[in-house]
Amino acid sequence: MSTPSGLPTPRVISAAPSPPYRGKALGVHAILVGYALVAILPVLLIVMNSFKTRAAIFTHPYLPPLSGLFSPIGYQTMFERAHFARYFANSAIVAGAAMTLILLLGAMAGFALAEYRFRGNAWVGLYLALGIMIPIRLGTVSILRIMSDLRLVNTLFALILVYAAQGLPLAVFILQQFMRQVPRDLKDAARIDGMSEYRVFWLVLPLVRPAVATVAVFTMIPIWNDLWFPLILAPGEATKTVTLGAQQFIGQFLSDWNAILASLTLAMVPVLAAYMLFSRSLIRGLTTGAFK
Amino acid sequence: MRRLRQFPFHIIVFILPAAAIYTAFMIYPLFDSLRLSLHGAQEGSGEVFVGLQNYGRLVADSLYAPRFWGALRHNVLFFVIHMLVQNPVGLLLAALLSARHLSGLAVYRTLLFAPTVLSFVIVGFIWQLMLSPLWGIAGGLLRAAGLAAYFRPWLGLEGSALVTLSLISVWQFVGIPLMLFHAALIGIPDDLLEAARVDGASGWRVFWRIEFPLILPVVGLVAILTYVGNFNAFDLIYTTQGALAGPNFSTDILGTFFYRTFFGFQLQLGNPVMGATVAGVMFLLILAGVLPYLFVWQRRIEVYEL
Repeated sequence: MSTPSGLPTPRVISAAPSPPYRGKALGVHAILVGYALVAILPVLLIVMNSFKTRAAIFTHPYLPPLSGLFSPIGYQTMFERAHFARYFANSAIVAGAAMTLILLLGAMAGFALAEYRFRGNAWVGLYLALGIMIPIRLGTVSILRIMSDLRLVNTLFALILVYAAQGLPLAVFILQQFMRQVPRDLKDAARIDGMSEYRVFWLVLPLVRPAVATVAVFTMIPIWNDLWFPLILAPGEATKTVTLGAQQFIGQFLSDWNAILASLTLAMVPVLAAYMLFSRSLIRGLTTGAFK
Repeated sequence: MRRLRQFPFHIIVFILPAAAIYTAFMIYPLFDSLRLSLHGAQEGSGEVFVGLQNYGRLVADSLYAPRFWGALRHNVLFFVIHMLVQNPVGLLLAALLSARHLSGLAVYRTLLFAPTVLSFVIVGFIWQLMLSPLWGIAGGLLRAAGLAAYFRPWLGLEGSALVTLSLISVWQFVGIPLMLFHAALIGIPDDLLEAARVDGASGWRVFWRIEFPLILPVVGLVAILTYVGNFNAFDLIYTTQGALAGPNFSTDILGTFFYRTFFGFQLQLGNPVMGATVAGVMFLLILAGVLPYLFVWQRRIEVYEL
């Protein structure tokens, strides 16, 4: 299947604009609005109620935190009891370092596979692509052994290495396809000018920036949201990520509704904010066929 | 000849770092874990090769077998619900989103995809609160619709907990099939559909006779992604129901069973060898889905160059 490029052209699903078309359009909007509410209402309810007094959460769950209903008590409890700032820092370090490794090393390998004809090229490509479909979790028993042999249990480094290994296959696969589309003339001109192969790589890299952004978003989300590896490789207080921290904190405070709602909101808002910021490139990545 | 045999150094520099990390922390552990599942751990004397004995214990020993078969059964149901609900709903929404001149397309796309970027942990807690009889959001909405009698604490009942969790997971992940189908649908050239419409075909017929066959490759991709994701699931169940996947193991799937077997829980000690064996079964199950997809579906399906 060819990959559609650039902006998709809008197209028809129903008959040409005529009276029945208006009715149809209305029906389409009704279903979409209905489902959009299903998707977003639970999230809104959590955020709204996190700013209310305990009584107001139960008596007026659907109202925004107006004066009289407003209370920051949940956030106070949370900041006193949990080290969310540290959890955030841990998550940011892990996700940032793993992403840097994935993007840089993935781009290098993708460049080599796209650029050079060498013996075993196809086999190396296939080998690196195996990991796209096989979940890394299935090797957990051995991963824990390796990490404890390397004395990396309860370090952020363990998570960074595992997430890099997890994200590389897809990154190599996608970046390789985009590297292929960079015009040959440009690279050959650079070589004639005497640039080394490494310089040629740095020349090509900025040209595939949209693909790099797509890969960044796709690898970032599962890393940030993962519970499994933090739980197994780095459950210590000093290395907890936001996802693990939220899971354990909320587990302990199941009767303190203010604290639960506040910590859910706090765990959710950065992800949703980043999503709103990057949703264009994320959705463009999905809809222009990075996955084919 | 000499130049041919000498492998260019820069290619190694480009590929080796990625290949090394990937091999050391993904491929090697997968194989080492499979190897471990064929061994028995004996006190003091290290590992002894035992063939398929561990797999035999898993499917027949009274300590493991009931939980294993239960987890497998629940996992199949979990997957079937995703295939029957998540993917058709995703397709429907994608078809609606792909309508020409749809106003608010960007807003809809952003909102519909939003739950997909949240973590299982957040999604699990959100729905625990929504469905809680204490807070009464779900109960209140049903009452408003005159259906108060139908409210149950669904997550707490053996009969309904697994289906409820499956639907929560569907709520979260419907964005993936939605976006993949949407991308495929907007990639179909206009003139193709125009021609059918000039011939008098209805929107419904155009969709099933022209658009659906054209996006068949994506249907396969969505199915396999759902399959791999579902047979590897863990976080949602662990967050809402705990490692014991209650009530009374009714929501236990292979991921939670793997975790308990490997790590232990309450009185049962963790067992790395049996954990590796459970992972081995999951590996075979996933291969049993991925290999036919790659070698049968992708080969036989007709891909139309558009």
